[in-house]
Amino acid sequence: MISNNRTVASPPKGDAEAAFRDVANAHKPFRTDRWLLWGITLLVAANFLWIVAHNENFGWPTVAQWFTEETILRGLYVTLGLTVVAMTIGVAIGLLLAIARMSNDRLASSLAGLYIWFFRGTPLLVQLIFWYNLSTLFPEISLAIPFGPTLASWNTNDLITPMTAAIAGLALNEAAYMAEIIRGGLLSVDKGQIETTEAFGMTRARALWRIIIPQAMRSIVPPTGNQLISMIKATSLVSVIAMADLLYSVQAVYNRTFEVIPMLMVAVIWYLFITSILNVGQGFIERYYGRGEIGSTAAKKQEKVAVAEISAMAPEGSK
Amino acid sequence: MTAALSMDTIEAAEPLVQARNVHKAFGEVEVLKGIDLDVSPGEVVVVLGPSGSGKSTFLRCINHLEAIDRGSIVVAGEQIGYSLHNGRLNKLPSRAIAVQRRQIGMVFQQFNLYPHMTALQNIVEAPIGVHKQNRKEATELAMELLARVGLTHKADAYPRQLSGGQQQRVAIARALAIKPKLMLFDEPTSALDPELVGEVLATMRDLADRGLTMIVVTHEIGFAREAADRVVFMDGGIIVEQGRPDDVLGNPQHPRTRAFLSRFI
Repeated sequence: MISNNRTVASPPKGDAEAAFRDVANAHKPFRTDRWLLWGITLLVAANFLWIVAHNENFGWPTVAQWFTEETILRGLYVTLGLTVVAMTIGVAIGLLLAIARMSNDRLASSLAGLYIWFFRGTPLLVQLIFWYNLSTLFPEISLAIPFGPTLASWNTNDLITPMTAAIAGLALNEAAYMAEIIRGGLLSVDKGQIETTEAFGMTRARALWRIIIPQAMRSIVPPTGNQLISMIKATSLVSVIAMADLLYSVQAVYNRTFEVIPMLMVAVIWYLFITSILNVGQGFIERYYGRGEIGSTAAKKQEKVAVAEISAMAPEGSK
Repeated sequence: MTAALSMDTIEAAEPLVQARNVHKAFGEVEVLKGIDLDVSPGEVVVVLGPSGSGKSTFLRCINHLEAIDRGSIVVAGEQIGYSLHNGRLNKLPSRAIAVQRRQIGMVFQQFNLYPHMTALQNIVEAPIGVHKQNRKEATELAMELLARVGLTHKADAYPRQLSGGQQQRVAIARALAIKPKLMLFDEPTSALDPELVGEVLATMRDLADRGLTMIVVTHEIGFAREAADRVVFMDGGIIVEQGRPDDVLGNPQHPRTRAFLSRFI
């Protein structure tokens, strides 16, 4: 009614003007300064690439020659394998630590606190060397009742190979960081959600698995992607304990051929390639856990209509 | 239906909820100072009172979301959070408390739907995961409940794609899906825009008519007048006055009840 009156009241000439004033037809101004900045940036970048490509010290033919060489690829597999195994174990232990840290049980939370304090508080390199040299501290590892009889016993040197030392060092260190990331994620979930699972008589384990963790993932995934990328690079530390990862393989080559820079470029390009792929993967995971958010693509596909209805509705006060 | 029952028939039945001398303090602040309340099966009790009167806290004590300091609350023969064994009262571990809570449905002020699940998934979560129903039956019941709250077409919508009123109706369907003996409503319309309150109250009135036992903490005097069998007025951590809605709302005896009600007229 009111809008009708208004149309009638406004003169026909106003309609024509309104058409001109329709913001849908507005033109974007031509911004000379922006174009100039783009031009300069591209020019500098192109020039830089030109210089790098034509600098013989980079030894691009050598890079190309070694890039897919077998020893390098074997090192790459070790790096990837170590990353996957150490990260998986790290996340699993980290999850347990986070839950223990947040529990009402004083014993569990202080043990988890102690673990995190120790493994975050000492350098990863030192931890790796410690694991590798464990046999000098404990020549034998045995399963026994405290102050009681021994049940089984192993020679430490048989257990701790460079591989197990690397996995133990990387995974246990990672667990401490992941514990804090996961704890932060769990704390970010609305208290009302936890209360609801209690009111519905869910067990704590089920509430965590079905309700709390999926919501916590939204804030856990981005820093975990960060951790994964730094883990890939942290695996290069295992070269100090004679583990033949990507960096170690590259070093093995340039120690013979003295082509230090070209060989390091091989490693750099591989590291950049892997992290780029991981970035893409992280994007997909974030989108998955962002479902249910207005504006998320997964939700958009399913519920275009519903969103349209809501925007047509009266303003939503509560959310 | 139940509204038509006389007070005498209600009092004759074995009470579903028995609260005795319930005390609760948060630190120094005493929130509940000795609440006694019986709720009979099928009865709809509306708890009114100013903010800070302890009414929400009392509701949350009924399913042990808050532990009480003194007194006892028994729901359907079970004292939630405790077990009485040979005259000795033992505190129960959380797993056992979870089992006791499974016959009580609850609807929250902030809806608390699981945001990462669709409306339908929200409703079937507890029946499948907690009550171990098979998926097909649970889904059928869920669709039936969605139809009852008028949201069949929103089964696959995520909570954030729903209006507040729709979210609260899904939350009610979710609580009903566990076939509760008792439903607790904690200010179910307080977080809603005024024009969305009506649809939620209509849904609740429908449940009251179907004979569900309900304890409703609310500020909606109109709902109390139309749907309640009994109105309980709380202030300062005690029950000041209770009785039939017509009596308590129409002819309040206590000055505090009168002062509270005068703000709504």
